[in-house]
Amino acid sequence: MSGPEPRIAYLAGRHAEPTALERLFYRLMAVPAFAALVALADRIGLTRRGAVIAIPYGWLVLFCLLPFLIVLKLSFAEAELAQPPYTPLFDWVDGHFRGIRVNIENYRLLFEDDLYWRSYLNSIRIAFTSTLLALAIGLPMAYGMARAPLAWRTPLLMMVILPFWTSFLIRVYAWIGILKNEGLLNGALMQLGLIDQPLVILNTEIAVHIGIVYSYLPFMILPLYANLEKMDWTLLEAAADLGCRPARAFWTITVPLALPGIVAGCSLVFIPAVGEFVIPDLLGGSDTVMIGKTLWVEFFQNRDWPLSSAVAVLLLLALVLPIVLLQRQRARLEAAR
Amino acid sequence: MSAMHASPRKPAEPWNDPAAVPYIRLREVSKAFGPVNAVDRISLDIHRGEFFSLLGPSGCGKTTLLRLLAGFETPTGGVIEIDGTDMSAVPAHRRPVNMMFQSYALFPHMSVAQNIAFGLKQDRLPKADIATRVDEMLGLVQLAKLGDRKPHQLSGGQRQRVALARALAKRPKLLLLDEPLAALDKRLREQTQFELMAVQERLGITFVIVTHDQEEAMTMSSRIAVMDAGHIRQVAPPAEVYEFPNSRYVATFIGDANIFEGRVERAASDSVTIHSAEAGRLFVDRSVASPVDATVWVAVRPEKIAIAAEPPADASVNCVEGTVFDIGYLGDMSIFHVALAGGRRVRVAQANRYRLVDRAITWSDRVWLTWPPGAGVVLLT
Ligand SMILES: Nc1ncnc2c1ncn2[C@@H]1O[C@H](COP(=O)(O)OP(=O)(O)OP(=O)(O)O)[C@@H](O)[C@H]1O
Ligand SMILES: [Mg+2]
Repeated sequence: MSGPEPRIAYLAGRHAEPTALERLFYRLMAVPAFAALVALADRIGLTRRGAVIAIPYGWLVLFCLLPFLIVLKLSFAEAELAQPPYTPLFDWVDGHFRGIRVNIENYRLLFEDDLYWRSYLNSIRIAFTSTLLALAIGLPMAYGMARAPLAWRTPLLMMVILPFWTSFLIRVYAWIGILKNEGLLNGALMQLGLIDQPLVILNTEIAVHIGIVYSYLPFMILPLYANLEKMDWTLLEAAADLGCRPARAFWTITVPLALPGIVAGCSLVFIPAVGEFVIPDLLGGSDTVMIGKTLWVEFFQNRDWPLSSAVAVLLLLALVLPIVLLQRQRARLEAAR
Repeated sequence: MSAMHASPRKPAEPWNDPAAVPYIRLREVSKAFGPVNAVDRISLDIHRGEFFSLLGPSGCGKTTLLRLLAGFETPTGGVIEIDGTDMSAVPAHRRPVNMMFQSYALFPHMSVAQNIAFGLKQDRLPKADIATRVDEMLGLVQLAKLGDRKPHQLSGGQRQRVALARALAKRPKLLLLDEPLAALDKRLREQTQFELMAVQERLGITFVIVTHDQEEAMTMSSRIAVMDAGHIRQVAPPAEVYEFPNSRYVATFIGDANIFEGRVERAASDSVTIHSAEAGRLFVDRSVASPVDATVWVAVRPEKIAIAAEPPADASVNCVEGTVFDIGYLGDMSIFHVALAGGRRVRVAQANRYRLVDRAITWSDRVWLTWPPGAGVVLLT
């Protein structure tokens, strides 16, 4: 084909100036080791787009999957009075591989001894009610923040985040001073003459709930706020215009549209609350058995690393399952948008 | 009422009937957003069954006025009455009003049919009734096949029609429409206009409609209000707004007008003679409440001016001479831009009554423009 040469560079096959990143890439390609690495990545079908996605996956493998595999391996070992306090999984004698010693006693014990079952169920129950409470408190707060005048929103957001600037341990510890029999709360109530006997709150499940709701409330509020802040409020006007009372409009318009935020907030509260150890230890009584505390006792008091590893593995499975389900639900919601 | 009086025929123009009770009454209503007076002491009566249009440039307060009526804004002053009831204590969800939003405000998580059914559900209508009404509305806006779609799966014009259907579904006594047809193509717009007028006649709904389309306002309205920066400049039936604008603002906002400034030379009981520096002597066959020597303006619509290549027999009044410097061909009309001696430009519209092969008048021709005494309007402001 002959004819006049195209005027535009890309039609002529001549590219515009390379970007800074491209120039860096070309310079690195001059280094043989880098070129070999790129060739290898190319061989296994890794494109530049793939490399970008590979970073978070690499992170997950390094810091989640590997530790989990170590814990999983530990859970199949046997406790020993030694250093480290467990038997090796792979049996080496004089440099010769003699086989794998898998011990499923730990898991059997978990299913047989009802202490573990009870603490699992207890943890999930307490985390569940705490999550509902946090939602009931967090949703109106997030709603109020999202509807506040623009100038107020950042200060309000700061106030939600501010408690993080103090140590978590100290904040939970402070609740002991508030909740104990001769503490601030009982003192105030008695001063007001509302009660004449101090309420027993500390070392009960109520105190654990208070502690969890207090500690995890920001994790509920932040995703809810992020969601509600994007909400188109004329939709509520449209609902009112069509004769819908404000309370009903909240349930039929605001809540369904805030659902992704609600799901995110609930997961962020529920998941860490199930495995929570500090709060039940400081605020709960001896009858409040939660799995986090059981884990701690097995690990540090009984020094039974394999058993506590088995507890951890089951806890993880018990948590991952609902997350996967939630994630599916969310993907469905997103697709329905 | 005694049986002797057979129900008197409703006067066609209730706003001219002092005994008529208006359906909507605005008394000195204002709405300020900080320093901005979006609506500034507006007083207005709208009657039952009217098709009332609000026209005005962007930002003049049309949407704000509708939102005041719907109850989304509380007035900073004045009283709004609907059907004889003071609305100041009535929240939006209890008003006998439905509004179609300029931004549509469709519920994104509901299907088209659910959006339309929403208002009916609030009234706890039986399921079967809701379903038939939704189908009826979908048919009305020609979306019968799209009832299951979500709003984000629709085109802009389709969304607009869903919003319209949703507002109409409840058959409110008063319907507020904020630019309801702006996103529709010409054919669909004309059809929907026709449907709206049919619905209004059938159900006797009172419409208050905001539009930027003057043709639409002209064809559909019983009356038009022309707004400017929070004020209403003129309220009148379409023909009156067009033929007798009360100010230069209205004359140039509605349609096109050539405006000549001049001084009153002679004011008779049925006519007025004006001397204009740029257009000579002007004669208008209507009296004007203005003393001799006062500055006034005469507005002449382009289509009321005749253009000729020969001087008329009597060139002493309502006649200007100039040269054609531009011609715009619009198909049905040609617009001649004529430059007068002083540099002033005048627009003249002429219907193209013959196929255009050779124009009788063309660029740079010397032309004479004339118009009858009944063409001009004297404006005091
Ligand atoms: N919530 C608000 N806060 C501050 N100013 C507002 C608000 N709503 C409207 N305004 C101002 O009030 C004036 C009137 O606005 P409005 O929306 O009524 O205009 P409009 O006539 O509907 O214009 P358009 O034709 O562009 O829709 C504008 O100057 C606008 O900036
Ligand atoms: Mg508007």
